[in-house]
Amino acid sequence: MPPAVRFQNVSRRFGSVRAVDGVTLDIAEGEFFALLGPSGSGKTTCLRLVAGFEQPDEGHIEIFGETAEGVPPYRRNVNTVFQDYALFPHMTVGQNVAYGLMIKGVAKAEREAKAKDALAMVKLAGYENRRTAQLSGGQRQRVALARALVNGPKVLLLDEPLGALDLKLREQMQEELKTLQTDLGITFVFVTHDQGEALSMANRVAIFNEGRIVQVGTPADVYERPNSRFVADFVGSSNVLPPDFAAAHGGRAVWTSLRPERIQVAAAESPVPAGCAQATGVVDGISYQGAVTRICVATEGASPGVSLVAAVPPGTPCRKGDRVSLTWARSAMMAMEDDS
Amino acid sequence: MTAAPTARQRRLAGSISDVFFARPHLLTALLLAPPLLWLGIVYVGSLFALLLQSFYSLDDFSGVIVHEFTLSTYQQLLEAANVQVVVRTVSMAALVTIASAIIAFPIAYYAARHARGWTKALFYLAVMMPLWSSYLVKIYAWKLILAKEGIMTWLAGQLHLGWLLDAVLGLPIVGGPSLSFSYLGTFVVFVYVWLPYMILPTQAALERVPVNFIEAAADLGADPRQTFRTVTFPLALPGIIAGSIFTFSLTLGDYIVPQIVGNSRPFIGQAVYTLQGTAGNIPLAAAFTFVPIAIMAVYLWMAQRMGAFDVL
Repeated sequence: MPPAVRFQNVSRRFGSVRAVDGVTLDIAEGEFFALLGPSGSGKTTCLRLVAGFEQPDEGHIEIFGETAEGVPPYRRNVNTVFQDYALFPHMTVGQNVAYGLMIKGVAKAEREAKAKDALAMVKLAGYENRRTAQLSGGQRQRVALARALVNGPKVLLLDEPLGALDLKLREQMQEELKTLQTDLGITFVFVTHDQGEALSMANRVAIFNEGRIVQVGTPADVYERPNSRFVADFVGSSNVLPPDFAAAHGGRAVWTSLRPERIQVAAAESPVPAGCAQATGVVDGISYQGAVTRICVATEGASPGVSLVAAVPPGTPCRKGDRVSLTWARSAMMAMEDDS
Repeated sequence: MTAAPTARQRRLAGSISDVFFARPHLLTALLLAPPLLWLGIVYVGSLFALLLQSFYSLDDFSGVIVHEFTLSTYQQLLEAANVQVVVRTVSMAALVTIASAIIAFPIAYYAARHARGWTKALFYLAVMMPLWSSYLVKIYAWKLILAKEGIMTWLAGQLHLGWLLDAVLGLPIVGGPSLSFSYLGTFVVFVYVWLPYMILPTQAALERVPVNFIEAAADLGADPRQTFRTVTFPLALPGIIAGSIFTFSLTLGDYIVPQIVGNSRPFIGQAVYTLQGTAGNIPLAAAFTFVPIAIMAVYLWMAQRMGAFDVL
């Protein structure tokens, strides 16, 4: 079976800028796939290439085995939820949702019934006759979702779908999107710069940097086994250990990632358990963040000058200037292939 | 050398600011009072005085205005010849408006969607420049262009299209001895002089249609023609209506263009001009002025309901 979306060595240039630079990627049918990266990394351009708003300069794109180059957006069986929703202001909520069906020439009664069902699915039953201006951000988001899904797309594209919502609503919508995707079984491809969102919602994540994909994998893969300093830095926060520091603490002499939550903080000169590594240093800064407290320690000894951040439960007795020992399992040190 | 403000002066200025800060409406009222007084007394007041005249009548024998309330002047307005003047003017205004909208739309669309940088500057220059020269100069220039000995006749001759020009001039109603003595000529000049007032609001409305609405329509399956019909045009419509307020009302009230370029059948403006001048029939002139005011009141009410004022 062909993949839902296939990129083969796709490039897209804007002037001298390579927005997308040789991307090769397969997205399987039914996946909830995240394109994650900082702004300007090419993820949105990739989404627009699938939607048909952009055409590749090089390479080849397939949607369910069919060549997509040269096919205009209105002939593709994909639908998009736009970042700012792009709801038509001169139409009611119901007319917005029924728009795609109206264009296809579906009879009025049938499309109204389908729009009603779609609105019920996104928990906006009875909103058909509202004006879009009367809706809150979260409600607009739902209307945009219903407007796309009512057409029965084979792939749903979401461009920063939750970017405009406040934190509480964002978490709630993450849940709902996830449930919706599981229930419908449609391939969802979404663009985000929020790594938390990508990790919590997606089955697989592609991480973009400067127009290229640097790593593709499950959320656990990219979080626990980042393949480059960029991924380690961008996905969650990470201590990136220089090769000599890693070697001095029982790792390989390559750039190595160590997650803050894998480090335990104890009084200096604590015993080192088997299979663990330890560094000693002085507490440089403490940042209370609710669920965890982040402690920054300037290490001494083997490789002075390396600062490590440890995430510890709140209430861990520790003050700035204290000498502490940091202990972590050697298996928590992830060697990275790429030192870029 | 100016002396620095003393502490006392500063305190005074400060306390005046405090008063305005605490009562923002007071400042608004103070700023608005002079223009509102001007509008209220000079403009609305004189308009009211004018309309009052329409309820008086002219004594046919003595030519003296009888200052007694009567509707007989309005009765006179309903005579066939006068109704014809109104119908002629309103038809012309409607046709000028429709033609302006049709000509203006592609220009406005290009300017809003495609022109960037210097092409945009050129667009504004091209649209605004005719407004910098005197309206009278432009109309006389058009009279020369359209005259029997003018450039249009010459051009038609050069292109061996003289027969076409003659055929057009031979048409009933719109035709005449030459373009400058026909309704067609009046129409062409009206469209020319009011076109910028249609282009600018249409362009403003089109510019406010975000690109991602067009993309969203395409994404939902609409081809470019359907996108235009269901998204671009409905969203530009308030701008076109706003433009039509200008083209329609300006044509309705104009008395110069039909006088210089036209077949000397009077429009409302000319009727008013003649009645208050040589004829000395101020009451009927006033009754005539009431017609465009009433038409525009209804027009503006409808335009407001269609959201035209949101784009002005």
